[in-house]
Amino acid sequence: MSAMVEVRNVSKVYARGAQQVSVLDGLTLSIASGDFVALMGPSGSGKTTLLNLIGGLDQPTRGEVWVGGTRIDNLSSGALAKWRAAHVGFVFQFYNLMPVLSAIKNVELPLLLTKLGSAERLKRAQVALQLVGLTDRGNHKPKELSGGQEQRVAIARALVSDPQILVCDEPTGDLDRKTADEILTLLQTLNREFGKTIVMVTHDPKAAEYAKYTLHLDKGTLAEQAAA
Amino acid sequence: MSYFGFIWASLWRKKTRAAFTILSLLCAFLLFGLLQSIGAFFTAGADFVGASRLIVQSRVSFTDSLPVRLMPQIERVPGVAAVHHDQWFGGVLGENTQAFAFASNPRTLRVVYPEWVMPEEQWQAFANTRTGAIIGRIIADQYGWKVGDKLPLKSNIFPQKDGSMAWEFDIVGIFDGKDETWQRQTSQIFVNWDYFNEANQFGEGNAGVFVVKLVDVNQADEVAQAIDQLFLNSPDETKTQSEKDFNKGFFAQIGDIGLIVRLILLAVFFTIVILTGNTMAQAVRERIPEMAVLKTLGFSNGQVTALVVAEALLLCLIGGLLGMSLSTLAISGMAKAAPAFFGALAPDPTIWLQAIAAMLLLALVVGLPPALRVARLKIVDALAGR
Ligand SMILES: Nc1ncnc2c1ncn2[C@@H]1O[C@H](COP(=O)(O)OP(=O)(O)OP(=O)(O)O)[C@@H](O)[C@H]1O
Ligand SMILES: [Mg+2]
Repeated sequence: MSAMVEVRNVSKVYARGAQQVSVLDGLTLSIASGDFVALMGPSGSGKTTLLNLIGGLDQPTRGEVWVGGTRIDNLSSGALAKWRAAHVGFVFQFYNLMPVLSAIKNVELPLLLTKLGSAERLKRAQVALQLVGLTDRGNHKPKELSGGQEQRVAIARALVSDPQILVCDEPTGDLDRKTADEILTLLQTLNREFGKTIVMVTHDPKAAEYAKYTLHLDKGTLAEQAAA
Repeated sequence: MSYFGFIWASLWRKKTRAAFTILSLLCAFLLFGLLQSIGAFFTAGADFVGASRLIVQSRVSFTDSLPVRLMPQIERVPGVAAVHHDQWFGGVLGENTQAFAFASNPRTLRVVYPEWVMPEEQWQAFANTRTGAIIGRIIADQYGWKVGDKLPLKSNIFPQKDGSMAWEFDIVGIFDGKDETWQRQTSQIFVNWDYFNEANQFGEGNAGVFVVKLVDVNQADEVAQAIDQLFLNSPDETKTQSEKDFNKGFFAQIGDIGLIVRLILLAVFFTIVILTGNTMAQAVRERIPEMAVLKTLGFSNGQVTALVVAEALLLCLIGGLLGMSLSTLAISGMAKAAPAFFGALAPDPTIWLQAIAAMLLLALVVGLPPALRVARLKIVDALAGR
């Protein structure tokens, strides 16, 4: 299978005041299309930094990032925004829904960036919400939903524009075991049934078991590659 | 959901705050609409007449009456086409409603003011009826008076020979304005100067001011100088100016309304910029993570900037348009309730245009700074709460 993600010799250095903090150092990594990868490592090891580079939210200091055959590390911020809208779905630990919008409208939000008509947008949002099993909660505001439900809405929002890759930063970090398992099962289904490539950062070894394999990041380099 | 739906929902994020901001915008634009209209009303008297006529008044004060015997001399000044005279009557209708009443020369009025339109036989009747008076359409409609009715007009300046302040005239004509602007001025009353002259207690021969119709409008300055020159060093020194300048001087007596209006509006807008600016800044500040999410989803810097400015615009338009609508209602209400005074007070489209321009400007001033802040936002930092 061809590579969905190719990270080539990537370094990321943050300037903190006069100090230079090197977070990633010459990291190389390849994720095949259709993979479900868990990314683990101690706090501060650069997991979020790496995920942000793969998702096109940030750019590396050195090295190349290729996603779905496109080199994204040298795109302008406008081009990168367009690329994100079309190719990546994001899921965060704290859901990051728009509190003023109902669930269905949250899901529809990314489609405002497309040329779709309003009826088509609504239809696609409904389908995405159905996929995560929340059809009956479409008109609820985020604060009227449980954490697990909010995360389902967030996943529906990440799916609605049909991206090839989902990047998830500790998607179950704020959920209890049972709810976490439901969310992870959902992600697994999306990977198996719909062929979505998933890169998921987690601190939870149980969560990592849902992935096909786990990458361990330590001090900016990949320590080992263990198949699950 | 449309972009508008999203902006609308964002606007009402904090309902009370949005409502209060809209309310203050409403008040500001209500005040703007009212004050601009009233300001325009006070300057309209000066503006609408143009400069086609000259007004000759006593050099001492415009309340000093000039003697009517000057009339033939003025008529002989080169460049003068016709001369008319008007005496402010200090008219009162009913209990104490001030009326714009003048004791006017009934033969020359129509010559110098062709803007008043009336059937020929009524002009004839005015010239030939000793106790004749003509009233403007607004007054006629307000009081339901017809030709042939008595006009019970009191004067708060001129008593009759018997000491009575109550006069009685016969309505012999009802005049209209030649166009809409003049029609709005038809709250005036003209009574026959000849009768006034004989019957008033202060003696005969007082003309009030002279109104001069020019042969050539471009000679206004020369003719004005020639008239003043003529009476220089006489007991009746004159001050001649264009009708427009005269009216301005007249309204200046009420105070410089325009300046006061501008100062008040300046203070109001200063306050509203601070207030609305604060609302927008706060609304964006508490939403920084959401803005970062929008950018994550693929909204460009330009698009998030536009979203914030659009929200500010929506806020300003709701408050502003509500305020302006209320002011328009209030003004039409005033014009209906007291046509004699506020008949000329009409909702003015140029004031609406100014108001809409002010709303747009305000939206930019209060919306752009937070919008640019959002545009500059680094997604990863904002998401991490840095
Ligand atoms: N914008 C930034 N400026 C300065 N330092 C940064 C910035 N972003 C990240 N860092 C630093 O880089 C290091 C790695 O951060 P990162 O968020 O990638 O870690 P992480 O592995 O996701 O940790 P955690 O498990 O706690 O989420 C940390 O030391 C962090 O303080
Ligand atoms: Mg992290």
